[in-house]
Amino acid sequence: MAKRPAYSKLCKALADGHFVFTGELEPKKILADGMEEVVHSAKEMKKTNRIIAANVTDGPQGDAYICSLVPSFVVQRDAEIETVWQVAVRDRNRVALFGDVLGGALLGLKNVLVLTGDHTALGDNKQGRISYDLDSTQFCELLKKMIDEGTDYSGNEITDGKIEMNYGCVANPNAVGEYMEPEILKVGRKVEQGIDFIQTQTAFDIDVAKNFINELARYNVPILLGVFPMKSYGIAWYFDKYIPGVSVPKELLNALKKAEKDNKGNKPAKYAALDKVNVEFFVPFIEEIKKNSKASGIHCMAVEYERLFAPLLDKYPDYAKNYY
Amino acid sequence: MIITEQKDINDIYEMIKDYNKILIAGCDGCCQPPRSINEAKVLGQLLELKAKTEGKDLKWRAITVLRQCDDRIAATTIRPFIEEYDAIVSLACGLGVVMLNKVAENIITYPAQNSMFGGVQNAGDNYFIQYCETCGSCLLGETGGICPIAGCAKHLKNGPCGGTVDGMCEVGGYTHPCAWIEIYKRLKKFNRLDLFTLYRPARDYRSSTSPAYIPINKDYTNIKEEKEEKK
Repeated sequence: MAKRPAYSKLCKALADGHFVFTGELEPKKILADGMEEVVHSAKEMKKTNRIIAANVTDGPQGDAYICSLVPSFVVQRDAEIETVWQVAVRDRNRVALFGDVLGGALLGLKNVLVLTGDHTALGDNKQGRISYDLDSTQFCELLKKMIDEGTDYSGNEITDGKIEMNYGCVANPNAVGEYMEPEILKVGRKVEQGIDFIQTQTAFDIDVAKNFINELARYNVPILLGVFPMKSYGIAWYFDKYIPGVSVPKELLNALKKAEKDNKGNKPAKYAALDKVNVEFFVPFIEEIKKNSKASGIHCMAVEYERLFAPLLDKYPDYAKNYY
Repeated sequence: MIITEQKDINDIYEMIKDYNKILIAGCDGCCQPPRSINEAKVLGQLLELKAKTEGKDLKWRAITVLRQCDDRIAATTIRPFIEEYDAIVSLACGLGVVMLNKVAENIITYPAQNSMFGGVQNAGDNYFIQYCETCGSCLLGETGGICPIAGCAKHLKNGPCGGTVDGMCEVGGYTHPCAWIEIYKRLKKFNRLDLFTLYRPARDYRSSTSPAYIPINKDYTNIKEEKEEKK
């Protein structure tokens, strides 16, 4: 099949050969006030001129949050930065997924990130019934049909024709040793189903990340490596303990803990110390990935941590402003 | 085997508290753990005790049925007793409860169990585990005999998902193995990763639309096509 056109700014920038950066927004149980904060974060991302698009999460950890479709649209409208609309197949069957994607297309969303989604059993409504009518690979097939053929999953035509979107899948670089091969092969099924990019879970070990990227490179699909600067020790601790498959290096955890402890009661000093820890870890990390791996960009999951963008990204070209 | 869990004794009593004489019917069929005559007697004693604490005198009799889900066996076993009793409590799975309500239609049969799943107990294990979900589209030929529908918390046909860590599943706090990692290992052992990499399209749920039925002595798929042609 001929390569799908780049409909989104993210995919255009990737096609133009830029090393891209994306950000992440996490709208929770919010209405207008919360949305204002999310839009503010998105505006800060745009100010960098380096972040091309902002991910909008869909009920991470299985929690019941505002549906990601509406915040994705509001961010695009009010912050004027493109969104990567995360859609988990956990909560919707093929009928609802099709309907939501049509709605998203109508509202001008251009990127879908396909996710299985953390199980409801991990979330804050544990008694709920899961859907998983389509798994993430089958959702890729649905998107392929909607974009390339203009139909729903069963082949019924969309009255107004095909939708114009790009979509990506996720992969976990922390699947190491004997667990790496099934992870890589699984992505292969999604490549078969037409994904435009791969966005990975965060990795803290540079060798693990590079090795994983080199394995994924066989598919010739742009790869965005996830990185996770942590704005507090608490977040780092939570991430280490509760996010499947991710462990934060002990030294980094201790450094963050020390930064908070040494500057207790002095907020500006504490922030500066925390930022310093992150900058010292992630600046060389990102540089090494850019220089010595086949990654096409970085997905920076620094949620509500806008002040780190400048020290992290300023050294890179401001390519994104040409796409905004 | 159908794995069942007994309901709370207070909940069972709540269902039958307005009756004076109840028949308690065990089942010798495939229920596990056993729900036969001994278990029926124990339940009768518990209900009698519970009634006494409420100041009531409950009369009961325990019997057992070879298989409650077989209408002929159920009818011949149950019918001689039903004139004498106000209600039946069944220790069988849901199939038995529904069947007793059918064959003894003038009195109500109440469930003493929650039917959990079709599963097995492996030698040495102190738990029952689900191996088949009777999904209507068996994949076991592609997965080395390990079922991802029953074995994966998300019923994925194209796993593993990102919720697996070192081969364990996020659901249940990494205490259960990830079915898809097990499938991968088994297929790799037989040099059949070609099956692992296969893309499996979405399930056709029409075969499991409730109430599911299959006309006997006719091929089900043909029936479906005939129906669609008629449409």
